[in-house]
Amino acid sequence: MAPPDTRVRDRSRASTEGPQGNGPTSGERPGAGRRVGDSGRVSRLHRWDAKWSPYAFIAPFFLFFAVFGLFPLLYTGWASLHSVSLHHPTQMEWTGWHNYSRLLEDEFFWNALRNTFTIGVLSTVPQLLMALGLAHLLNYRLRGSTFFRVAMLTPYATSVAAATLVFAMLFGRDYGMINWVLELVGIDHVDWENGTWTSQIAVSSIVIWRWTGYNTLIYLAAMQAIPGDLYESAALDGASRWQQFRHVTIPALKPTILFTIIVSTIGATQLFGEPLLFGGSQTGGGSHQFQTLGLYLYEQGWFNFHLGRASAIAWAMFLILILIGLINWLIGRRLQKSH
Amino acid sequence: MVLQSTPARAKSKAERAASPPGGAGVPHPRTGRKRGAGRQLHGGKVTYAVLVLFSLGSLLPLVWTAIAASRDNQRLAETPPPLWFGSHLGSNLMTAWNDANMGKALLNTVVVAGTIAVTTVLFATLAGYAFAKLRFRAKNLLLLVVIGTMMVPPQLSVVPLFMAVAELEWTNQLQAVILPMLVSAFGVFFMRQYLAGALPLELIEAARVDGAHSLRVVWHVVFPVARPAMAVLGMLTFVMAWNEFFWPIIALTQDNPTVQVALTGLGRGYIPDQSVIMAGALLGTLPLLIAFAIFGKQIVGGIMQGAIKG
Repeated sequence: MAPPDTRVRDRSRASTEGPQGNGPTSGERPGAGRRVGDSGRVSRLHRWDAKWSPYAFIAPFFLFFAVFGLFPLLYTGWASLHSVSLHHPTQMEWTGWHNYSRLLEDEFFWNALRNTFTIGVLSTVPQLLMALGLAHLLNYRLRGSTFFRVAMLTPYATSVAAATLVFAMLFGRDYGMINWVLELVGIDHVDWENGTWTSQIAVSSIVIWRWTGYNTLIYLAAMQAIPGDLYESAALDGASRWQQFRHVTIPALKPTILFTIIVSTIGATQLFGEPLLFGGSQTGGGSHQFQTLGLYLYEQGWFNFHLGRASAIAWAMFLILILIGLINWLIGRRLQKSH
Repeated sequence: MVLQSTPARAKSKAERAASPPGGAGVPHPRTGRKRGAGRQLHGGKVTYAVLVLFSLGSLLPLVWTAIAASRDNQRLAETPPPLWFGSHLGSNLMTAWNDANMGKALLNTVVVAGTIAVTTVLFATLAGYAFAKLRFRAKNLLLLVVIGTMMVPPQLSVVPLFMAVAELEWTNQLQAVILPMLVSAFGVFFMRQYLAGALPLELIEAARVDGAHSLRVVWHVVFPVARPAMAVLGMLTFVMAWNEFFWPIIALTQDNPTVQVALTGLGRGYIPDQSVIMAGALLGTLPLLIAFAIFGKQIVGGIMQGAIKG
């Protein structure tokens, strides 16, 4: 950190020749009068610079967000009140709340909402529990700990598309690896894709595979920030390892756990690529058994050509997320109060 | 620190703050290793067994991808499934490269992910520096807005973006997938957290006293200090952009795909040959796997660093 500091000092001294310079230089006399005026202007510029530069630094983010985030968000709301065809997206016909009322009557909307919820629970709960346990193990003093960490994070580098294509094969009914292993232990072939629960478990397992390692690292980081004395005093009080985990680790991890729950919930609400590629179509299985809200939106917009309806689904998803956010906030506040 | 009487009480924030940093991990002479913190303990055999099991679970699907990609299609429709490599890897990769447009897809994805990584890091460092070290009005509110934007799912922008792309006739053009992703809220937050701890105010003030204007401060003070975090953010963003799925499959087609679009084409029956599909999946993942093999430690460190301060 020292080198950049001195570099700046040297350069600015050389260029401004200020009074703190390295003693008299040949050009000092004739420049004396001008320097007063200059420094006045310079300091005004300096103040102006200090006042406005922060805004300039954050402007790119907010500008891009306004154009590609906020405006589309609002425009989606506007479009959801219209009938818009995919083929003529600029011809919008006002229909009021029709898209929403139609949505509430559509059994496939409720089906998608249910599926999103069950797949969300099936993928998030085991994932976070396993991550918590694995982080606890990684927190021991280990040989090859870097290898374990990198290995468990590797699925994170695998894209949704690649992972799903591979898992779709592993879960294949006739020649899939998983059914073969099950057969070895005497369990009959499972038709993973066509059953409701089995397909949802398969889709969830892709999510679990990709994200457990990532969450493990986040928990591990939080665990390493817990001061050791807490464990020492707990141990002095005769707390067993399990009691230490329950009464020291878990409480200290509460904010982190809440954070990962929020992030996983957001991810689960938007689940799209896994069910799309697991079944290979936007219907999410022959009887829509694993069609999620994201997939339903895609089907309505890009296969039934109703962009207005797709917009209404998008806003429904947004409202659900806001609701979840509110619930999380309330839980978080209650947890803080109970401290 | 006062000894706790009950473990359950040992969690209050004040106590946590009062305890000396770096206390964790140092073996305590009195309690010894056996009964000390989990962190001080050596892992037992069961610990290693579980970790090895989960590491295998993480890696084996990828190994199996390579195995399946090295077999011919007939072999994949037999039981038991192949458990070792065959001899068709080269030809399957060639087929995926040519027929599924993977060559073009890889090139396109490098351009897209590279551009997004560079701009995200640049803008995130500027904004993160402002949020971490500079004073301006409504700073905390604006930071909250940044964090709030992370809650907005991509589904909420996809219809208007599609309309805009149709209007501009940008379908199948890379700028359609690059432009909406040039900045990231996560990046801003990540850099803010890093610079809040790593950049001493005195350094900035010293430069200012010497008359350096703000861009100069950024160039000569902020960037050098932020460099490690910028590298990590660049890698994370590159991975994220490489794997971006929802918007690209709407904006692009198989004529000018990114890797994910090409893989989606494979998954939807563009090519029915299972071993070629696996070869495509392998091709589309390999660059990131190689990057992980080289920079894995840094990426792990970056994610943990982002987590601990967030």
